Amino acid sequence: MKYMLLLNRMADALPESGTPDLDRINQEYAVAVAAMGQAGVLIDCAPLAAGSSTTTVRVRDGETIITDGPSAEIKEQLGGYTIIECADLDEALKWAAIIPAARDASVEVRPIVAAQAPV
Amino acid sequence: MSGPLDQLIRQHWWAAVAALCRLTGDLEAAEDAVQDACVVALERWPATGVPANALGWLIGVARHKAVDRLRREAIRGAKEAASMREPEGSGPEQDTAPEPVDQLSLVFLCCHPALDASARVALTLRSVCGLSTAEIAAAFLVPEETMAKRLVRARAKIREARIPFRVPSQAELPDRLGAVLRVIYVLFTEGHMASRGDALVRGDLCDTAISLARGVAGLLPDEPEAMGLLALLLLTDARRAARTDDLGELVLLEDQDRGRWDRDMIAEGEEILETALGLGRPGPYQLHAAIAACHSTAVSAAATDWRQIALLYGELIRYEPTPVVEANRAVAVAMAEGPAAGLVILDALAHHPQLWRWAQLHIARAELLRRLGRDDEAAGAYRAALELEPAPASRSFIARRMRELTGG
Repeated sequence: MKYMLLLNRMADALPESGTPDLDRINQEYAVAVAAMGQAGVLIDCAPLAAGSSTTTVRVRDGETIITDGPSAEIKEQLGGYTIIECADLDEALKWAAIIPAARDASVEVRPIVAAQAPV
Repeated sequence: MSGPLDQLIRQHWWAAVAALCRLTGDLEAAEDAVQDACVVALERWPATGVPANALGWLIGVARHKAVDRLRREAIRGAKEAASMREPEGSGPEQDTAPEPVDQLSLVFLCCHPALDASARVALTLRSVCGLSTAEIAAAFLVPEETMAKRLVRARAKIREARIPFRVPSQAELPDRLGAVLRVIYVLFTEGHMASRGDALVRGDLCDTAISLARGVAGLLPDEPEAMGLLALLLLTDARRAARTDDLGELVLLEDQDRGRWDRDMIAEGEEILETALGLGRPGPYQLHAAIAACHSTAVSAAATDWRQIALLYGELIRYEPTPVVEANRAVAVAMAEGPAAGLVILDALAHHPQLWRWAQLHIARAELLRRLGRDDEAAGAYRAALELEPAPASRSFIARRMRELTGG
């Protein structure tokens, strides 16, 4: 059985790179990630870019509607995930638009921060 | 910025930032570098004179500044900074030549639909038009710090989400061009209607919007809607001098002194509209421009071809099925067939919840009721408009009408 662990944070973005705050967070995460890696349970993990760099995609009546920021629709529930590798946002938005969730609710396109392999 | 040198620099800003954006791959780095180059230009040019190829000079200096900055701030590896510098020996002219495709890419980047709509306008003013953050903040009456944050956030999103610097494909173009034209239209409307601030018309914003529309239409000569927008702005702005009286109050189209309309601008707008219509791909901006042309070419208010205008609004509804267009059609019908016919259409819109909060609808109703001699109902409609807190100039217009109605 695979489980998805959803990590929440108190701030919109990670601390600035090169700051003691980020170093501390990295160290703390490295400990947790190393433990999961040694136990053989870890599949993948990565921090996400600032929520403000999110783009929400909706398809209504066959038309793609793109908005800045996360979805503000409180009735929507997180229902799945897809990780894709694309050249740029335009390409990612195109793929997002073919996912049924874009038609039924919305798909949030959020950049993954490129981090060093954890283990 | 106001001096001739400042103006010259602003004229080249778009092409210079676009070229640097291509070279550095980063909008913020591009703007910083061009800004640095402008500072150098303002120091040197008064003594040395303006170089023959001022734009090439600016791009060349900006490129050096960008490399210096990259080194200093060590944003990227030294290798990448070096690779940027390399073509210098082989032929700097080639590298510093401005490319129209870069200028288009920059506009499409700033007007990308993944950016917040107000950020698109602000970013376009900054990166394409070269306005300072302080000037943009003043234009939108927000504190400079707020505007600076909005710009920082927009650039951060471009970088983090990797919004591409390129011209959209033919398949994407209609939608993406629509977003660009929308930004220019919003900018012009902000100057023309001035929802913020006390001045009714802010000509500097209108000028900026027109030069932007001119640039985009020039770069996309096969796009009739880009030309349609330029024609619309020219035909509308040609009436600027007659739109306000000596006290800065709104003068209705029918009361305007048509001798104060800019005939050259009208002629240019008409010519561009003709070219656009000749491409045989009609669209909303061309229709708006055609409506504006009906007004601009009428020798007097009485000579206006309202039947044609009503027809054009009827066409426009196919592209913009909004109650606002329908309300405008009602006004045209009222002029062509009498206020009663127009009032029927306006009253049919009355139950539309969104439109009911639109002050212009109540003003239009009030005007028709006044013409029908239904003064009490007219006064009620003016009061309804006032409750919706319209722009200051509209407020004083309504106050004037109310005084006329009550004979006071």
